[in-house]
Amino acid sequence: MTDVSQPTADVTTASAAPVSRARDERLKEASFLTKTMRRPELGALAGLILVTIFFLSTADASMFTLAGMMNVLTPASQLGILAIAAALLMIGGEFDLSIGSMVAFAGLIFGSFLILTGWPLLLAIAATFAVAALLGGLNGQIVIRTRLPSFIVTLAFLFILRGLSLVGLKWATGGSTQMRGIGEQAGEGLVREIFSGTALEGLFSWLAAHDVIAKFPNGTPTVTGVPVSIIWFILVAVVATWLLLRTKAGNWIFASGGDPNAARNSGVPVDRVKTALFMLTACAAALVAILTVLDAGSTDSRRGFQKEFEAIIAAVIGGSLLTGGYGSAIGAFFGAIIFGMVSIGLTYTRFDSDWFQVFLGAMLLLAVLFNNYIRRKVTGER
Amino acid sequence: METHAPLIDIRNVVKHFGSVIALSGVSLTVNRGEVMCLLGDNGAGKSTLIKTLAGVHKPTSGEFLVDGQHVTFTSPRDALDAGIATVYQDLAMIPLMSVTRNFFMGREPVKGFWPFRYVDFDYCDEVTREEMHRIGIDVRDPNQAVGTLSGGERQCVAIARAVYFGAKVLILDEPTSALGVAQTSMVLKYIHQVRQKGLGVIFITHNVRHAYAVGDRFTVLNRGKTLGTYTKSGIQIEELQNLMAGGKELQAVSAELGGMV
Repeated sequence: MTDVSQPTADVTTASAAPVSRARDERLKEASFLTKTMRRPELGALAGLILVTIFFLSTADASMFTLAGMMNVLTPASQLGILAIAAALLMIGGEFDLSIGSMVAFAGLIFGSFLILTGWPLLLAIAATFAVAALLGGLNGQIVIRTRLPSFIVTLAFLFILRGLSLVGLKWATGGSTQMRGIGEQAGEGLVREIFSGTALEGLFSWLAAHDVIAKFPNGTPTVTGVPVSIIWFILVAVVATWLLLRTKAGNWIFASGGDPNAARNSGVPVDRVKTALFMLTACAAALVAILTVLDAGSTDSRRGFQKEFEAIIAAVIGGSLLTGGYGSAIGAFFGAIIFGMVSIGLTYTRFDSDWFQVFLGAMLLLAVLFNNYIRRKVTGER
Repeated sequence: METHAPLIDIRNVVKHFGSVIALSGVSLTVNRGEVMCLLGDNGAGKSTLIKTLAGVHKPTSGEFLVDGQHVTFTSPRDALDAGIATVYQDLAMIPLMSVTRNFFMGREPVKGFWPFRYVDFDYCDEVTREEMHRIGIDVRDPNQAVGTLSGGERQCVAIARAVYFGAKVLILDEPTSALGVAQTSMVLKYIHQVRQKGLGVIFITHNVRHAYAVGDRFTVLNRGKTLGTYTKSGIQIEELQNLMAGGKELQAVSAELGGMV
């Protein structure tokens, strides 16, 4: 083949087959950039890099120590669990504005199951998830049956659940808007360890003993472990990404949000997909409620306040389209980290931390513009 | 072995929506390897008829036979399972999703065991690339969004999908109405290919030229009724046009405009 002195007739016959393959290869190479551009999370990743550079150059060095990163990642992880669920729901073509209130409400019922009925922790957690799933399913069914925009239906639930949390807390505690003593009632044990405190303590002591991470003079590491909420955050991101990109359900989520009619015509059970997604977001809110309530040992009516907006913003920064059918879970993961980084990071700088909201709004606007541009690129529409 | 029952045989199908009579006795047959064109102006009942065939609507009365067997569809899924696939004009593909994801939408092949069951996307990409190649669409990458394909390509992909998943009858709802000339001929050529495979095609259109280009038989629908069925040898394109438009008025207009319509 490589012999140039071969007769020309041979060359033409030999090249007949490889022609198409050669063209294929060229196109594959050329499409690498397009492939990267096509990833919805590209914007969020770029944003994260920019934000990191910004804080590396302006913030106190302590922000980028292990302890500083845990400070940043803890709020990011709580928001991120909500944001990933919100992103899945958005890709499925719906919104849930009630997730913030759902955190408060789930906190209340979780506390009530523990304190008022005296159930063991595992049962209380299971029951909390069940109630949340039920409420999420109710949200979904109302949206599907009335064909009203989910925006308005869940806005109603934003107020209903927030109000119920207040009324319920006062009723359960005899007039207070805070329920205390949950930490003690939850007791100790494996279930408690899964949902509160830190993980990987052994690894961290080992790392400290071998001088990989900072430690106190007495030998205990300055950071004793990874807060479990961060582990949950990563776990949720991995499972959601796998679900979205590798499973049947994932394809159905994209289809339901992309064009419900076309999806239905192809045999996708759109209504079931959407209901399941509403249940999932509500369960994500319940998970955040359980994690934060167990860490604080108490719950109050302001828990999860305005988290619905932050979660949607993180999802949008992560590349999810407001119109549905496009987005990513890993994008929402990065979006939440950007969020945590900016909200906590500003306290490590000399800037007034109230710049946070300005930054947030600007970030959101940029993300939406960028997403719109990318969508036009992807679909070739003008 | 040889069955002579038509693939689809509907007799006197009537459909009422409350007080509105959408179909008042429509009869139609489709055979193997035949393109049956369903012609009719707006409001003739074409859409209602397709949706009835596709299992979206239940007929108020009338008989519906597939392969000589009486059937009643309660959902689009039933129709799909019976081998009747409908390709809707705009509602066939999701532009934001990849060609592969669209191709296998609703029928994703899975691997592994629950709860770790996943879609074998490598295999899906392979099949999609092959099927696209077969119909002559050069898909650079089956992971590109359907939105990047032209309208004609999208229709062809939708048809290829239906054929791949074993449709016996294809219902094409105005597949050419939004397309340019080159795109239209691409779709018409593909319809011809599908016919040669032995599938029955119901081609809905209000463009007589497109119908006449590929059709074997023509059924004209007007005000919810079949005006008649004609074979290609039995009718001229002008007659068909007049019949579809309700005859006389159009002839008058046509004369006025110097035979342009």
